[in-house]
Amino acid sequence: MSGCEPGLRVLRSGPLALLQDEGRFGVRRLGVTQGGPADIHAWAWANRMAGNAWGAAALEVTLGGLVLQAERDLRLAVCGADLNATLDDAVLPLWRDVSVRRGQVVRFAQPASGLRAYLAVAGGFQAEPVLGSVACVVREGLGGHDGNGSPLAEDDVLMVSKSGGRRAEGQCAWRDVPPDYTAVPSLALIPGAQIAEFDGPSLYAAFHQPWRINERADRMGVRLCGPVLHCRLDRMISEGLGLGAVQVPPDGQPIALLNDRQTIGGYPRLGALEPLACARLAQCMPGSEVRLRAVSAEEAQAEYRRFFKSVTEGDLNAG
Amino acid sequence: MSAVTLPRIESAGMDGWLVRLFGVIDEANMPWILALVRDCEAAFGDALVDLVPSYTTLLVVFDIDRLTPAQARLQLQRVLASLTPDQQLKHAEIQELPTWYDPSVGPELERLAEQAGMSCADVVECHSGAIYQVYALGFAPGFAFMGSVDERLAMSRLKTPRKRVPAGSVGIAGRQTAAYPMASPGGWNLIGRTAAMLFDRKREGFSLLQAGDRVRFVSVSKEEFVRLGGSTLAVEETS
Repeated sequence: MSGCEPGLRVLRSGPLALLQDEGRFGVRRLGVTQGGPADIHAWAWANRMAGNAWGAAALEVTLGGLVLQAERDLRLAVCGADLNATLDDAVLPLWRDVSVRRGQVVRFAQPASGLRAYLAVAGGFQAEPVLGSVACVVREGLGGHDGNGSPLAEDDVLMVSKSGGRRAEGQCAWRDVPPDYTAVPSLALIPGAQIAEFDGPSLYAAFHQPWRINERADRMGVRLCGPVLHCRLDRMISEGLGLGAVQVPPDGQPIALLNDRQTIGGYPRLGALEPLACARLAQCMPGSEVRLRAVSAEEAQAEYRRFFKSVTEGDLNAG
Repeated sequence: MSAVTLPRIESAGMDGWLVRLFGVIDEANMPWILALVRDCEAAFGDALVDLVPSYTTLLVVFDIDRLTPAQARLQLQRVLASLTPDQQLKHAEIQELPTWYDPSVGPELERLAEQAGMSCADVVECHSGAIYQVYALGFAPGFAFMGSVDERLAMSRLKTPRKRVPAGSVGIAGRQTAAYPMASPGGWNLIGRTAAMLFDRKREGFSLLQAGDRVRFVSVSKEEFVRLGGSTLAVEETS
């Protein structure tokens, strides 16, 4: 790839670090999943803080453990989970851009709050798109820094754009209060077609009782534990699944489907979480609580549009 | 759900509608679903993000920068009002998957024969003698759910799925058949292996098979299978 040079070298890989752009679209009919950042909110703000247009590839760091060394001077921003990140021996500030000199070491320790941090560099990480996207989906062997869906491993080198990183430090800082990932979130859900197939007490419980995040939570989906939901439908013929679809298998415990979900499935659904609710869910620790609230598709669109506008405001390259 | 009138346009989030065309799986569904795919592509144009056809439905994902849910729904109502089945499907060419049927690469072949009260050769003849239709792609890139196999060959999934099913493996689950495009975990009963490259990121269209395609498994010798690039590594050796 021309116009690129080594930006960051992996000194130590953590549990999971993946390159993610917005995701892979237009190929879902072939069984190819969406991919993309599990927390689109933090991913988008990391890119914004680094001065990138919407859609640039950033690094999704899950649970920490990752150690990177700068191969050149660059500007970066980390948003999302507080993974006790440091730059050499100093605390690395989140939700703002930071200048890093060649040889300096960025280290992610373990989570203080949230699960996934997003590291964006000015100019964006560069990799060869696969099926139109660099989104890294390990299960499918697609995308990522090597094109084959590999998570970052020791000695990998992440390429960056040569022209990136010209703006002065401190120019771009978060103007709001950063999200509190330890609070109990109220996740917005757009009710789906099978909602009336659940019995009354189940529906009341679904929206009035807390749900606990199960340990079986990854980029494919998050299992919620709580009141057992009863649905008159047991199984259905498999059909297309959108981001955030909340399916309820016969055990009555819902699964919220995220970016790497299978493209079709046959369990009845409560509905679909809106994208920002998926983003928030992706930061929830196993054992923590969430609540569900019902919204209309129009309300969800309006909220997403406000988010998109705020994160791309003044950005001439925004899509 | 059986009481609803079809087709029906169902909510699928802030950027999607699911069009339910049919209540049961039937080969006759596909010309209608493919026609809906074609007409949605034309009607939505750049505002289309993704389409996911399946046995009885089509999920339509649209760009919220361009359409509100109400606008997208109206568009779908218009498309449905003038929908006519895709007659070209009947004449579509048949995709052939060269397959080596052998217990070493199809460990359930003998058990299936026993259950059906047939010889292995009869099972092969029965499985390769039919033309199947692709109802949906899912589970993995290029993984095509096809049906329906002869009811004598119907077999429920393995109780304990294999951790690793080799690429090309041909299997049966219930009355469906499929071939694994890449190595993955899986619970289908394996009866052979195809040398066909089912998913290739360098090929135009990427997937050999698409929803609506008609497919025939062609029984080939081990020599022919190897000549076509197939791997003869036994299933046990690869797991």
